[in-house]
Amino acid sequence: MSTAAEPKLVSPAAQSGGIARLLRKYALQIAVVLVLLALLAFFIWRSPQTFLSYDIYNSLMSTTPFFALMAIPLTLVIIAKEIDLSFGSIMAWGMAAFDVVFVTTQSVWLGFIACLVAGLFAGLLNGLIVVRLGIPSLVATIGTSFLWRGVVMVVTNGQGMGMTPVRSTLLYPLLVGRIGGVVPAQFVWTIIIAVIVWFFLNRHLFGAHVYLTGDNVDSARLMGVDVERTKTLTFVIVGLVAAFAGFIVSEEVLFFWPTLGDGYLLNTLASVFLGGTSVFGGTGTIFGTFFASFIIALINPGIVAAGWTAYWTQLIYGLIIVVSVSLQALLRRRLA
Amino acid sequence: MEYLLQLKNVSKTFGEVAALRNVNFEVGRNEIVGLLGDNGAGKSTLVKIITGYHQPDAGGEIYWKGERVPRLTVHKARALGIEVVYQERALADQQSLWRNIFMGRELRNSWGVLKVDEMRRATEKLMRTEMHFTSSAVTAESTVATFSGGERQGVAITRALHFQAELIILDEPTMGLSLTETQKCLDFVTGIKAAGKSAIFIDHNILHVYPVVDRLVIVDRGTVAGQYMEQDITLDDLIERLKHLARTGTLENSVPAGK
Repeated sequence: MSTAAEPKLVSPAAQSGGIARLLRKYALQIAVVLVLLALLAFFIWRSPQTFLSYDIYNSLMSTTPFFALMAIPLTLVIIAKEIDLSFGSIMAWGMAAFDVVFVTTQSVWLGFIACLVAGLFAGLLNGLIVVRLGIPSLVATIGTSFLWRGVVMVVTNGQGMGMTPVRSTLLYPLLVGRIGGVVPAQFVWTIIIAVIVWFFLNRHLFGAHVYLTGDNVDSARLMGVDVERTKTLTFVIVGLVAAFAGFIVSEEVLFFWPTLGDGYLLNTLASVFLGGTSVFGGTGTIFGTFFASFIIALINPGIVAAGWTAYWTQLIYGLIIVVSVSLQALLRRRLA
Repeated sequence: MEYLLQLKNVSKTFGEVAALRNVNFEVGRNEIVGLLGDNGAGKSTLVKIITGYHQPDAGGEIYWKGERVPRLTVHKARALGIEVVYQERALADQQSLWRNIFMGRELRNSWGVLKVDEMRRATEKLMRTEMHFTSSAVTAESTVATFSGGERQGVAITRALHFQAELIILDEPTMGLSLTETQKCLDFVTGIKAAGKSAIFIDHNILHVYPVVDRLVIVDRGTVAGQYMEQDITLDDLIERLKHLARTGTLENSVPAGK
């Protein structure tokens, strides 16, 4: 490539209709934000006493991170055209590691580190089973999901554990405190993790390879992309963040239930797919996942406040997954 | 004479299937070699060994400019200056043009942070100087899924040429192209010769291969069945001999391999 001075390229398209093109490029992200705002407006209209008070937003900011945290790295896995269904069990497995290490050493910090390492290891195991043995990730992670849940049950003997000792350490205000007495710390952590993952996905070699691997694994391999390492790393990140999320949930409710993580599968997956990440791999955004997770979080209190039964929630989550995945398939067919 | 690339005694087996058996193959400096052979003859395997995608079985040796390359990987092959335009173009459809151009060798700093603006600018320049994209609707951010077959081939060829290649391998480059696009592609091969570089040209269509190459190597059932200098054989004679090969499994009067 020559280094000679180049005449500045003037793109005609950039001059005329640049805004239109930006709109088209970010259509999905804009749509997700609009849906969130529309839903919010609808609930405010239906139930102003609930949705005009701070309480509901405090509750949303403190509980949405429970699954939004995992939806963010899970986006990487799905862009790479894999899936991970084991993150719920990894949450509990991380806490079981905390349990054991804390009981032995009486150190909250050592327990916290053990929790993260356990999550990382569980992610690595997922990655190795999928990449080295070539097991479809759907099957592999259903397997490890039962495996880790079983380990947790055996290790804890099915007994939970109070998390009050953590209250006296810096970890408590750091992870689940209320910043300025108002903003839950876990909400800030969700933003921080979203920004970090966004950076690695869009501005780092790793993210470039995640997109290429999911888009066309053969092309990526031919062009020298280490698709095995890339896929493994996405699983490792999900494992690490799932353990972190498990710690935050247990801290927030001040108790570790061995069933921790059960019931997060549906809303986490719904967040990723509603956020526009394609089940066919190769496309998806952290921005979409982040905002979609708040749409998902809003549905439950919204339904209750609107006077319907909470039984509707599951139906609507399921519907969201089916509709967004079907829309992706239709969109893909139109492009092909 | 020192070859640019030389393969000695290269075999490759996949499980029980011997894709290549004791192949000796070389490419001279500034030489265009045409690789002919039926489907499954071993052309693609040979290409994938040269590009470092597959490793040859024990006993096979690869030399680059006379020096032995002990373990040729995709990255090593690229670093040496071996570039490929793959049959299936090796593009990622839903990704932007610039991400496709720089696929597998993204410009980045030592922390792995991408130099996005630099890659975009380089792509925009290539669009004007190499790919001759005229439509203003196409930018460095356009996804390649929207491109025509010829445009896609243009991207694959430009990508190969952009990175200072010394040996360019074209694997069925004319497949699925229109007549004018095919002619452009053949002009490109002639251009490689004029630029003092070497190429391996693989195509089913002998009419495409014959006019642009210096030497023809015929691969059959995993071995080099024979080779001809382009000036030593007429197109009609070549076609007759290939027909004979298909019938009997041997080439008549072929120049022994390696001479």
